[in-house]
Amino acid sequence: MDAPTTTGFGAFVRDARELVVQPRMGFGPPRRMRRGLRATRDADATSVGTLTLDSYTRVGDLAAARRAVTEGTDLNGYPLLTHGPAATRRMLRGIGGPGFPVQVRHGSAAPQDIVRGLLAAGLHATEGGPVSYCLPYSRTPLAEAVHHWTRACELLAEARGPGPEPHLESFGGCMMGQLCPPGLLVALSLLEGMFFVRHGLRSISLSYAQQTDPVQDEEAVRALRALAAELLPGVDWHIVVYTYMGVYPRTPSGARALQDRAVALAVRAGARRLIVKTTVEARRIPTVAENVAALETSARTARALPRPDRAAADDGRDTQVYAEARALVEAVLCLGPDIGRGLLTAFGRGWLDVPYCLHPDNAGRSAGFIDERGRLGWSSVGAMPIGHVVTPRPAAALTSSGLLDALHYVETRLDLGELAGTGAHREPAPAGS
Amino acid sequence: MQTTAPGTAGPTPGAPATGLDVVVTGTSSDAHTWNLIYLELLLTEWGHRVSVLGACVPEELVVTEALACRPDLVVVGSVNGHGAADGLRLIAAIRAEPRLAALPVVIGGKLGTAEDTARAALPRLRAAGFTGVFEESAGTAPFRRYLDTLTAGVCR
Ligand code: B12
Repeated sequence: MDAPTTTGFGAFVRDARELVVQPRMGFGPPRRMRRGLRATRDADATSVGTLTLDSYTRVGDLAAARRAVTEGTDLNGYPLLTHGPAATRRMLRGIGGPGFPVQVRHGSAAPQDIVRGLLAAGLHATEGGPVSYCLPYSRTPLAEAVHHWTRACELLAEARGPGPEPHLESFGGCMMGQLCPPGLLVALSLLEGMFFVRHGLRSISLSYAQQTDPVQDEEAVRALRALAAELLPGVDWHIVVYTYMGVYPRTPSGARALQDRAVALAVRAGARRLIVKTTVEARRIPTVAENVAALETSARTARALPRPDRAAADDGRDTQVYAEARALVEAVLCLGPDIGRGLLTAFGRGWLDVPYCLHPDNAGRSAGFIDERGRLGWSSVGAMPIGHVVTPRPAAALTSSGLLDALHYVETRLDLGELAGTGAHREPAPAGS
Repeated sequence: MQTTAPGTAGPTPGAPATGLDVVVTGTSSDAHTWNLIYLELLLTEWGHRVSVLGACVPEELVVTEALACRPDLVVVGSVNGHGAADGLRLIAAIRAEPRLAALPVVIGGKLGTAEDTARAALPRLRAAGFTGVFEESAGTAPFRRYLDTLTAGVCR
């Protein structure tokens, strides 16, 4: 990894001496948000902070966000634009800074105002992407999202000054949260990263969300690293792993076991940062304490793992995931130097096609399945140009119970792990909140 | 917990072969779609004809679609924590349209950011005009019973 930048989110992660852990935390009231960020900073872990924005701000419905704040209704995140820059600076005072960078996580296909808002509040790091924050998150046409995200990248890049280097993370490694074969996730993350760089970013991160099989996941993170090393020269980049983003185990020990697997994936495959999940993920928004527990448990697990063997870890090319990702990336890059246009053409032709995505600009001809070893594979590749590296395995028509089985594959196995072990118990209902 | 009108529950033996025309939709702020895909499959298997509006559907679009397609039922799914607030807005928009005053509209999912706030919202949603409110912990059985009753009424 090259290191052209000096301070900021990317530099903090690059210079960290252990795996950096981060929550997916967001609360409506500034006081509660401040308490959450302070607790994240003070956790026994190398941590960075998160401001996850609420769904009204994400879809640009600021009137609804305002009403919720005025009426004191619960929001599922921090309404950055409603509280405004002055209140947000106050909320962050003495907490956010070089020793504890804070990232804004949102989910908007038209993020210009959010980017302006976070810059005005003194922040420099955020995430998303023209595809990953459009197809699973909105009904905005993809062409508009590409246009909005071009502008958002430029706004971030223009904010570069003597202070922290602006940082942008691709959410491309998460499409729909679950049941997307890893080759496509790796390709989308990489392509969005290249899009960010073309539009002025110098410090970026590429994501990969843990899926159903630990070995396949490791192949995916290695493939992503190999492709980034090749295609992002001179850029400050790192890999961030998301703890499982699909239907989560309901039992505390099932949840912890899944978290442990994500930590092991990040450490073994050489990711630098991990977004954690809590033991109440399946049910509700976690409290500050539940977030801190997840951060500390993950940090402890990471410290106990042996450091990966660098020499062995550095090759990620000899795998199925790499072959698929490489074919998809090459197909899009062949469409010309403008990556945004390339992405549009590719989705238009079905060269990129995300399974189970309802967005009108997604072809919807691909489908995935979980094979007998637990790996994600293709039952149909649609028009994606990976026919030479994949033999799709046609599947029976999807039924509601078949879909639930696939969505609950990870959850069931890890929850059963608890039931098979000693002291099976469900978490008691939380008192109060 | 299910809060459809009491006295109407109970599966209908020998339910009619013709199903309902159903529109399945998310709420304006909710991006989650796996629940909608699941509901589509489930309703289709139960013999109904389904159209899915997708993620982040503005209230006006639900109203326009309901006027254009004249469905027998609108099913709203929400899990992002804003379901109660978004649901209230949506049902107000639907009931404000006189031609949709009697349209059966139900909502289900994870309707608040905490289990107890979700539960507290159920009576308010019903009072605001939802025909049925299905909180996730109750599973699909009450929803199935509701549909059987509705089918018996509509497809005589
Ligand atoms: C996958 C997922 C995502 C994906 C969704 C991709 C997509 N397009 O669908 C992504 C990553 C994009 C995502 C984003 C967000 N998510 Co999310 N997500 C999940 C997750 C992990 C699984 C959901 C799922 O796929 N379930 C499978 C489907 C089939 O089941 P279901 O949705 O649970 O619905 C069941 C029932 O509720 C019921 N049901 C649902 N609707 C209806 C309707 C009727 C009429 C009936 C009868 C039944 C019914 O039937 C289903 C089957 O049993 C859940 C947590 C979990 N469960 O593990 C969080 C979760 C739902 N997400 C949550 C949140 C808050 C968000 C975000 C705001 C980000 C954040 N702060 O974390 C954004 C939302 C953006 C927005 N604008 O809405 C929260 C909601 C909390 C709450 N209710 O208070 C959860 C619970 C996670 C958490 N603990 O914080 N998410």
